[in-house]
Amino acid sequence: MEAWVDISILGLMALTAIAIVMLRNLLAVVMLSGIYSLLAASIFVVMDAVDVAFTEAAVGAGISTMLFIGTLALTTRIEKKPAHTPVLPLIVVIITGAVLIFGTLDVAVYGDPLAPAMQDVAPYYLENTKKHAGIPNVVTAVLASYRGYDTLGEVVVIFTAGIGVILLLGSWRRGLPKIAPHKDDKA
Amino acid sequence: MKEYLVLRVITKLLLPFILLFGLYVQFHGDFGPGGGFQAGVIFAAGFVLYSLVYGVAAAQKVLPTGILRAGLAGGVLIYALVGVANLILGANYLEYTPLADTMKEGQHLGIFLVELGVGLTVASVMMTVYFTFATWRED
Amino acid sequence: MGDWEFIVGHYNYWIAIFLAMTGLYIVIARGNLIKKLVGLNVFQSSVFILYISLAKVEGGTAPILARGIDIYSNPLPHVLILTAIVVGVATTALGLALVVRIRGEYGTIEEDDIHSQDESM
Repeated sequence: MEAWVDISILGLMALTAIAIVMLRNLLAVVMLSGIYSLLAASIFVVMDAVDVAFTEAAVGAGISTMLFIGTLALTTRIEKKPAHTPVLPLIVVIITGAVLIFGTLDVAVYGDPLAPAMQDVAPYYLENTKKHAGIPNVVTAVLASYRGYDTLGEVVVIFTAGIGVILLLGSWRRGLPKIAPHKDDKA
Repeated sequence: MKEYLVLRVITKLLLPFILLFGLYVQFHGDFGPGGGFQAGVIFAAGFVLYSLVYGVAAAQKVLPTGILRAGLAGGVLIYALVGVANLILGANYLEYTPLADTMKEGQHLGIFLVELGVGLTVASVMMTVYFTFATWRED
Repeated sequence: MGDWEFIVGHYNYWIAIFLAMTGLYIVIARGNLIKKLVGLNVFQSSVFILYISLAKVEGGTAPILARGIDIYSNPLPHVLILTAIVVGVATTALGLALVVRIRGEYGTIEEDDIHSQDESM
């Protein structure tokens, strides 16, 4: 039963991705990418990653879609017809995909409890979280305590991205002159 | 958006519950799914909903740019200072154990403070980004 | 191992690779900058699915400790991906801000038009 849920949700994601490639109406593309995120959140629930599903639903289907729509309002709604033939990109993509699929043949099968990824630190976190931190949610304990450095770095990245958006679009830019072409550019 | 009466009333009704849910996710993250990252985004989504219906100017009356920028830096600062407090108390950076009497309490307090910093920064960044996009004009 | 087990055991990875290649195709074949960013998001989500697939344990449950449950999925990839999602939206916002500024300076968000304007300058 679970396998069928898994197969159908991932199949729907593949269909959504194909529709995103085909459509040239950017508003439709953005709405589809919101649906794509919601499907991703559902598949995360099926794979027992509730914290990740929560984040993906709030971020991918909510805030991210809204930022894209905001950008569409400031730019344009329709994508131009591509001028190049898609043959070369298709060849590149198919070769890369084939190599990657060849690589998966050696990966431990889905759900294998003896996979190498399950052997090292994961059992340590699961056994010791109750003893060390006394809280039941192992994901929170790993996020904030065992791997606190990692999360500090991530927060700094988010902070930097926020600063970058302020620098690019902030109200302090009003009245600044438009960027003139550099004198060396006039070749 | 003066004419959308239903949207305006429903938004006002929903807003406290969205913000309360954000706080619940923030402070219940130790026990169930949740934590600073999710809570920050949900909290920001509440204010984004408000500014979509009532206009950015109304939302910025509650959250002026200065407060948002203070939150932006303040969250990172809380996180980093929790680490420094550990150094002062003679432990490793972000070790949390000496913050309270027992190891469990120390860890719990450390995780709580760090998640608070994460939530503050994420919420401020999301709201700042939204307000910056919404108020951008080409000259 | 039968064919069915082999297919179910690798299906998630194959779909993740298919989605990644779809995203990559959008990024290299399409000229519209917003479409490129959507393609990057598609690629990014496919990597998330690959990671979370590797964390799944058959018969396990979400890694929130409870009495009477012994098998949990691997919490480490969950943590990595949880933070990556939020970092992803922050960097997407930065990319969108760049798109808005490019539109302001060039009047278009099509890559080819931007190139031809650069060359005629």
